[in-house]
Amino acid sequence: MDAVLRVENLSVAFGDVEVLRDLTFSVERGSALAVIGPNGSGKTVLFRALIGTVPCRGTIRWAPGTRIGYVPQKLDLERDLPVSGFDLLAAKGSVAGAGRAEAALALELVNLPRATAARPIGALSGGQFQRLLLAVALLGRPDVLLFDEPTAGVDAPGQEQLYEMIRRVQRDRGLTLLLISHELSVVYRHAANVLCLSRERPCFGPPAEILTPAAIAQLYGAPLGFHRHG
Amino acid sequence: MADPTGTLLLSAGMAVAAGLVGCFAVMRRMSLASDALSHVALPGIGIALALHLHPVVGALAALLAGTVLVWGLERRTGIPTETVVGVVFSLALAVGSLLATGDELVDALLGSPGRLGPWEIGLGLAGAAAVSAFVLTQRHRLVLTLVSRDIARTSGIGVARLELLFLVAFAVTVALGLRYLGVLLMGSLVIIPAATAKHLARGLSGMLGIAAAAAVLSTLAGELLAARLGHAPGPVIIAVAASLFLVTLPLRRTR
Repeated sequence: MDAVLRVENLSVAFGDVEVLRDLTFSVERGSALAVIGPNGSGKTVLFRALIGTVPCRGTIRWAPGTRIGYVPQKLDLERDLPVSGFDLLAAKGSVAGAGRAEAALALELVNLPRATAARPIGALSGGQFQRLLLAVALLGRPDVLLFDEPTAGVDAPGQEQLYEMIRRVQRDRGLTLLLISHELSVVYRHAANVLCLSRERPCFGPPAEILTPAAIAQLYGAPLGFHRHG
Repeated sequence: MADPTGTLLLSAGMAVAAGLVGCFAVMRRMSLASDALSHVALPGIGIALALHLHPVVGALAALLAGTVLVWGLERRTGIPTETVVGVVFSLALAVGSLLATGDELVDALLGSPGRLGPWEIGLGLAGAAAVSAFVLTQRHRLVLTLVSRDIARTSGIGVARLELLFLVAFAVTVALGLRYLGVLLMGSLVIIPAATAKHLARGLSGMLGIAAAAAVLSTLAGELLAARLGHAPGPVIIAVAASLFLVTLPLRRTR
């Protein structure tokens, strides 16, 4: 088994508050892992621990030479920032050593028209901005993509499109995908494994084993419907 | 009188550096903080005057010390830059007023157009060039860090080091204008042209260009006007910069 990430006994605490306790899981190269859990269960904190911006205990082992593309959750940005989508692409391209051709390819891959990328980022819709951030993350040929709630602030048809696009990009590029999501039906369809974070009993395994109605009710404190697909 | 061409070159160079540094200060929502940070120079000027040193030496030392203090406190405590600067600034103003006399303080705050020696012009030009080169070569890293520190970190940018360097560039810029504009007005020359550029530009290059141009225009026009009116140039320069900001408000980019 070729694991791109191995995590053992990972714990994160802010002062006296323990956010994550004793997490152990691994992610195979080219697979998709979905991280689920109620609000405040530490999903984003887990991602930030994985990229090394939050102090933690335990071990996080990325395969040597792994390049990470990170797509954060909604950003707290001023609406009138004079920074265009192209500025952001040029910035990441310059740091990651990717040229204009690669940026054009990334825009094509995420279905973002050039005219949209030329606008100031504050003028983009939620879905357009997510696509732009994905294109930015794809520059520099990452092996792993960390995606924090890709569909937050995107309407239902947009969500479906966004997930289809993420899956297509993952397939085309042979990427490993780590995804925080509330969309259980999407998780069921796309993820090889699910990591559910809950203070009482974190669990890790294939969706068919993890996403039982009883487990979901326990995790979210209420029964939650989702559609199983083939 | 010092070589007028040299003085002119220095004010233009200083304005370019101020405009460029100001862009990122304004975008990082540091407008008020950076104005306040400039006052950290005061105790340094007081100490330098007491020790019969050149005021710029003391100012630069105090600015750098204040910068490292702000950066360190911010990193250790996670308190926003604005709050930390507010505290450090008040402390600096208190210490500065204890160390300097009234006239000296007014000169330090508002500038005293004295004669500039050739070495002052040379050093000033070198500082302005260094600051401008830093902002222009690091603009990609700065903008990525501005949008998301997490994206910046996963892209391999040393965020803490970059932020320290930015604050140092800011400190050097303020020190550059000290003799000429005074700490109070130099803080304004950093912020106002950048604020003008922010509401006019649609992209980063546009903002950097407009800010530098607005700062140079304000400085040169302010000097000419001040000479005509028989005033000190500092306040006139800032009045021109502020007028540019107000006059261009109707042209504000809506989206």
